[in-house]
Amino acid sequence: MVSANVSGDLSSEMEVDAFRRLFPLRYHERFLLDSIRPDARPLGRARDTSLALGAVASADGSALAKIGCTTMLAAVKMEVMTPPKESPDEGSIAIEFYMPPICSPLVRPGRPAEEAPVVSKQLSDTILRHVNVVTSFSGMINLKELSLVSGKAAWMAYLDIYCLDADGSLFDAALLAAVAAFSHLRIPVVSLNEEGRVVVVSEENEEGKSEKEPVNKGKRKLTLSSLPFSLTCILHKNYILADPTAEEESIMETLVTVVLDSSGQLVSLYKPGGPVLAYASAVQDCIALTRQRVKELKSILNEAISDMEVD
Amino acid sequence: MEIGRDDGRTANQLRPLACSRNILNRAHGSASWSQGDTKVLAAVYGPKAGTKKNENPEKACIEVVWKPKTGQIGKPEKEYEVILKRTLKSICLLNINPNTTTSIIIQVVSDDGALLPCAINAACAALVDAAIPLKHLAVAICCCLTESGYVILDPTKVEEQKMKAFAYLVFPNSAISIIPEGSSHMEGELMEHGIITSVTHGVMSVDDYLHCLERGQAASTKMSAFLRRSLQSQAPNDSSRAG
Repeated sequence: MVSANVSGDLSSEMEVDAFRRLFPLRYHERFLLDSIRPDARPLGRARDTSLALGAVASADGSALAKIGCTTMLAAVKMEVMTPPKESPDEGSIAIEFYMPPICSPLVRPGRPAEEAPVVSKQLSDTILRHVNVVTSFSGMINLKELSLVSGKAAWMAYLDIYCLDADGSLFDAALLAAVAAFSHLRIPVVSLNEEGRVVVVSEENEEGKSEKEPVNKGKRKLTLSSLPFSLTCILHKNYILADPTAEEESIMETLVTVVLDSSGQLVSLYKPGGPVLAYASAVQDCIALTRQRVKELKSILNEAISDMEVD
Repeated sequence: MEIGRDDGRTANQLRPLACSRNILNRAHGSASWSQGDTKVLAAVYGPKAGTKKNENPEKACIEVVWKPKTGQIGKPEKEYEVILKRTLKSICLLNINPNTTTSIIIQVVSDDGALLPCAINAACAALVDAAIPLKHLAVAICCCLTESGYVILDPTKVEEQKMKAFAYLVFPNSAISIIPEGSSHMEGELMEHGIITSVTHGVMSVDDYLHCLERGQAASTKMSAFLRRSLQSQAPNDSSRAG
C-alpha cells in the first residue's frame, strides 16, 4: 500500500488503485508535476508502435497496426466496377471504420460508439483529399491510377478498418493501418475475356491462355505520394501530452489531432472543442511533436515493407 | 494585390450578418443566424431532468441534433453533431445544473458555404436566448486559402469548392472587462486568441495555417462586436414563457 503524497486527507490512507478510480484527475496531475505519466512515459513520447503487413491473407492488401494497446486491422479488397459518367477514367475508394463490441466495454451491439462515424469521416477526408481544382492534385492516391479501361472498367477499392482494442488515439492507429494496407496492396491481374468483360486472372490456370492478355500486368502497386501520418495530443493546463490512452482521454478532454504528410504539409488540424483553449504557441508545439512522430512512423513503415519484400 | 472575389468583397470582408432571437414559440430558446445566403435555425430545449446513459451525472449534459436541409442523416451530419457538442460543452458552465440534459437542434435552412461556423453561431445565440449559463460565447469563422496563397474569409459555396484548403475556426468572444488590464491575458496572449475548435480540409503549409489563425482572430473581434450589439438590442424576454 503506497501513500500518494498529496495534502493529507483520505489519500494518505487509501490504496493507489482506489485513489486512481476516485480522484483520477489528481492522480494524473501528481505525475504531471514530475513531467511524466503513469506508464512512465515522458510527456512528448508516443507509445510503442508496431506494424504487421499482410495480416489478412485473403485480402489484396492488409495491415495490423498497434499503438500501445490500441489495435487496428485494415484490409483492402479490389473489385471491378463501371465508372460513373462524370469521371470515366477514375476508380473509387470506399472507406469504412467499424468499432465492434470487442474493442471496448462501452460499445454494445445496440449502442454504437460515438467516435466511429467521426473517425470514419476523418479518415475519408484525409485519404481522399477532395480536390476540385483541375490543375493541381493533392492526395495520397491518384484515382486515375485505379482506372482499367476508360469509361468501361475501373477498380473499386473497399478499405475496411476494424478496431480490435480501443485504448485511445483511435484515429492515429486507424490512419497508420490504412496507409500500411495501401502500401502492401497488390492489385490483382485482370484480362478482358471474349465478351469484353474484365475478369481476374487466377494464379493456377496459366497454360493455354495466350489470347487473354493481362490488361495491367505491369502495374501491380499503387504509387502513393505524400503519405499522411498523425499524432493526437491532449492539452491540459500548460501540459501537452502526446498519444493519450483511453483513461487520459476521458479525464482530460481537450484533444488536438495533427495530420502531417511526409513533405511536411499540414493535412488537418482537428480540435473538436474542449475546455482548454489552444493558443498559437500550443499549436506550434503540437505540430513540432507531430513532425518528430512522422519520422518515427515513416521508419517503422519502411522497415515493415522491407521485411515483407525479403520474404 | 487585390483579389477579385465573385461578389465584389475584399479578402477580409464578411458577408452581411443577421441574427434574430426568440423566433420559435415552444422552444425554450431559439435563434436564426444568416451569413449572406447561408441560414441556420437553432432551437434549445432544456435543462431537462436526467442525463444519458454514459454521461457524468455530476455535470450537465448537452445533446445536439443536426437536421440537414434535404436527404438522410449520414456520417457528415454525425460528425457535425459531435463537433458542435464538444464546442458547446466547453462554453457552458456544466456544474450549475448537474444531472440535466440540454438539447440543441440545428436545422439547415440554406447552405451557401461556411455552414458549420454559421451553425455554431446560431447555437450560441440560441443558448443565450434560453438563458443557459455560459462562460463566454463562441464566435466561428471560416478562413480559406486560395491557390495563390491568399487567405480569404467567409467563402460562398462556389468559392469553397475552388479553394485549395479551408479551416473552420471557433474563438471565444472578446470580453469587455471593467478592470482595464483584466485577467484575460495568458502569458502575453489574449484569451480571445485561443482556439476552441479547429477543423481543416485540404492540404496547406503550417505557415499558411498560422496565417489563417491570425486573420480569424482579427475577424472574430468584428463578429464579437456584432454579436454583442444584436444580443443587447433585442427586448428582454418575459419570464412567463410557455415551456
